[in-house]
Amino acid sequence: MSSAVLLEVRNVVKRFGGLVAINGVSFDVHEHEVLGLIGPNGSGKTTMMNLISGALPATDGYIAMDDKLLTDLPTRKIARAGIARTFQLVRVIPSMTVLENVMAGAVFGHKKLWGHALAVYAERQLERVGLVGISHKLTADLTYIDQKRVELARALASDPKVILLDEWLAGLNPTELQTGIELIRSLRDDGRTVILVEHVMDAIRSLCDRCVVMSTGNIIAQGTPAEVLADPQVIEAYLGEDYE
Amino acid sequence: MKLKQSDLWMGLAILAAFFVLAWLPLAPGADGWLSIVVPITMYTVLATSWAIFSGPTHYVSLATAAFFGVGSYTLALGLESLPYPVLLIIAAILGAIMAALVGWATLRLSGVYFVIFTLGLAELTRQVFTWYQNNMGGTRGSYVFTDLTDAHIYWQLLALALLVYLVGWLINRSRLGFAIRIIGGDESVAKHSGINVAWSKIVLFMVSGSVAAVVGAILAPRFVYIEPSMAFNPQLSFMVVIMALLGGTQRLWGPLMGAIPFAFVWEIIASNFPAQTTLLMGVAFLLVVFYIPNGISGVLIRWYHKARSKPGVSHE
Repeated sequence: MSSAVLLEVRNVVKRFGGLVAINGVSFDVHEHEVLGLIGPNGSGKTTMMNLISGALPATDGYIAMDDKLLTDLPTRKIARAGIARTFQLVRVIPSMTVLENVMAGAVFGHKKLWGHALAVYAERQLERVGLVGISHKLTADLTYIDQKRVELARALASDPKVILLDEWLAGLNPTELQTGIELIRSLRDDGRTVILVEHVMDAIRSLCDRCVVMSTGNIIAQGTPAEVLADPQVIEAYLGEDYE
Repeated sequence: MKLKQSDLWMGLAILAAFFVLAWLPLAPGADGWLSIVVPITMYTVLATSWAIFSGPTHYVSLATAAFFGVGSYTLALGLESLPYPVLLIIAAILGAIMAALVGWATLRLSGVYFVIFTLGLAELTRQVFTWYQNNMGGTRGSYVFTDLTDAHIYWQLLALALLVYLVGWLINRSRLGFAIRIIGGDESVAKHSGINVAWSKIVLFMVSGSVAAVVGAILAPRFVYIEPSMAFNPQLSFMVVIMALLGGTQRLWGPLMGAIPFAFVWEIIASNFPAQTTLLMGVAFLLVVFYIPNGISGVLIRWYHKARSKPGVSHE
């Protein structure tokens, strides 16, 4: 946890017309840590993820990785710099096979494979997320959970430094959740940095090295999961003032 | 990716087919039916190159007539000063440049804006040529006098068709082809995978525009006399879209499946109901979109999968 800062978020503001979704947020993400981005619905977590991945441009402030300014780069260059993500509402290409979906992550970005090497590599990513023997199925024919796995395999295929998981554990049953938690932990052990937006408290407690808690576009607490979850301001933000 | 044995056989079969087709003009009584074979070949080339761009991206381009017209005029205006093959190359380059400009200006916008813009483009170029000829050129139209017969035009179109299939096949196997499929599936995923979305679309649109311009140049001698309203006829753009959709755009050979039957149907419509062609074209368009959205090739592929796999397993 004392490791170097990989990603710097500084005074980032995002406005949608008159609505301020992110109101001058600053935090650091260290190398090889799992950072939980938590907070009640509408607090700006997903917007923050979209700003880091470049899906949305920031109105003000900056985000930098390894001294490289990401804020002004187009999405594709942020991806090439080594940031991969999954989406809150799963985004796979239904008309393509499972293998093709995963291959998509390893051709144009941080990793540039093609041909046989690409197919073998993509197949290994599928094994990694626990999908075996379905690589030639159409992704449209998969269950929602398996589609999420395909999406994670695609993100992993780019061999990212930073991986953004937007509620990737949502909707899993208890057994799947356990496997999911193990999987994310293994990503950190691989030396990757993980930022996850999550509502599943068990996952946050057991996975996150640190948490950043957001509420209505501001950071209200930072620290270890135990610290922030005990913070009265955090409890108030989640449950309201009258909670005893 | 290595060349598969099946690809090799397919390639040889296609070459053999083109070889046989090339003898067509020498058959007895050829002059009569070349008048239908030339348009079929022309529409096949146009619809196939249209589908190379519009198939995977789902951007419906109505600019075919604009590229075609520019190609025709390149030939008509340059015939006295430059050799014929050079003019074909210039037409290809002009088509590509025009597509690049249009693509750069519009492909960042969503699909609907693109459709309207491309339709307007054909009209705009037509007006520009009309204005130029009225005010600067002295005459309304231009004569295109060459020694080229229908057979020569047919052979050129056939060669161009072969080239389009080759280019389309190469694109499908390339990173660009993979990128464009991902873009067609989900642009957001494409961007987050590191794909240069705008560039990929523009390159494919340039291929498509360049082919249409060359077709326009090849066809110009057939008109003998061209004027803007013929060279930039918007009906051409709509015909290409209908044929490509009727044939299906998911496979390279799809548009061929649409061009052949529709060219015959159109011949019947044009000779029997000359006043209602636009109406009947609209009806045809609706029928295609409602009843065979994936085109004839889509239906054939579904039958093929049904025959191969167990009943009840669908690949839609």
